[in-house]
Amino acid sequence: MAEMDTSSSGGKQGPGVKKGKKLSTRIDLTPMVDLGFLLITFFMYTTTLAQPKTMEINMPYKDPKLTVEEKNKLKASVALTVLLSKNSRIYYYEGIGDDPNKPPELKSTNRKGIREAIINKIKMVRDMKATGALGVKDETTVLIKPDTTSTYGDMVNMLDEMTIDEVKVYAIVDITDIEQGFIRETEVANGVK
Amino acid sequence: MTAMCDVAFLLLTFFMLATKFKPPEPVVVSTPKSISDIPLPNKDIMLLTVDTKGRIFFAIDNKNMRQQLIESIDYKKQLKLTKEEKAAFTVDASEGIPFSMLKAYLASTPESQMAQEVNAPGIPADTAVLAPNNDLAIWILAARETNPGLRICIKADGKASYPSVQKIIKTLEGYKIFKFNLITDLEPVPAGTPAYQTMHSNDAKQ
Repeated sequence: MAEMDTSSSGGKQGPGVKKGKKLSTRIDLTPMVDLGFLLITFFMYTTTLAQPKTMEINMPYKDPKLTVEEKNKLKASVALTVLLSKNSRIYYYEGIGDDPNKPPELKSTNRKGIREAIINKIKMVRDMKATGALGVKDETTVLIKPDTTSTYGDMVNMLDEMTIDEVKVYAIVDITDIEQGFIRETEVANGVK
Repeated sequence: MTAMCDVAFLLLTFFMLATKFKPPEPVVVSTPKSISDIPLPNKDIMLLTVDTKGRIFFAIDNKNMRQQLIESIDYKKQLKLTKEEKAAFTVDASEGIPFSMLKAYLASTPESQMAQEVNAPGIPADTAVLAPNNDLAIWILAARETNPGLRICIKADGKASYPSVQKIIKTLEGYKIFKFNLITDLEPVPAGTPAYQTMHSNDAKQ
């Protein structure tokens, strides 16, 4: 491939013309190709073709001037509280658990179970809106409360679950001591160490 | 041979043009998966990396900004950094040490810096913005002052404990920053879910 045509066809030819000594013009290209492949391998390894993906998150706006009544405007019937605990265990209960006389009943589940629970809740709210029990503006609200034993991955999974189930209103809220107590009680009741 | 050679160099050209070098990472982090497919903006990002042990690392991408940032940090914390130490900061990729150790860290050689980064304690943070040991708050404040349009991205390992990430979120909330990005890996939308149905009904319409 890398040779030049040196067989001089034109020009003077004859008994009196001396032919120059033919030198080989072939170049060994193997090292160049080797280097080429080496560079390809290098670039293939170092390249990042896929841009990292991100998830946008809006935390609830916290105004210190907000009064307690305003904070508790959320209707218990549209709310679902999700508690994230250790080993990716999820506990949830209906409502916001603000009635001290009626402690909420915690249900223990995993990621698959919570999807069902959320979808059911959305259906329930939709039905209640249809019958007029709830106003048009009421939306299913999920309160995510990660416990100190949960991981960041649990939280991201839960946020992702909100997108998957199309829950429009959700918030990450600090877990209360009372709720941590509920988790402990449920763990003891279920025999989880 | 000629054909193969041609292909090889074509590929080489492609990779050389398409490549964007991975920014050096202080620690290996495996981010959790989500269905979100918003690409990370190319510039003006502040990256807060959290590893499995909950150590926090701080990085911003723009070199000119780093120069301004270190000036501001130097002034705020009275670190008395020399010109060389400031220059060392502008070329360093990320920081994961408290302010008390910063001067000694920047004065050391790049090789030694890399070795220190492995065992770095991480930037101290607290759930209260004004806590005296909340170094992260100072970093964020200084970075926001140098570039108000900075987007904040949290790249945390899925196994990092929630309280370590909560410290960052609380600090951001303290500055009234309620919108930020979490870096995740892409995963497909599970079939049969509302998001899946919406996606496919949109496809059908188009």
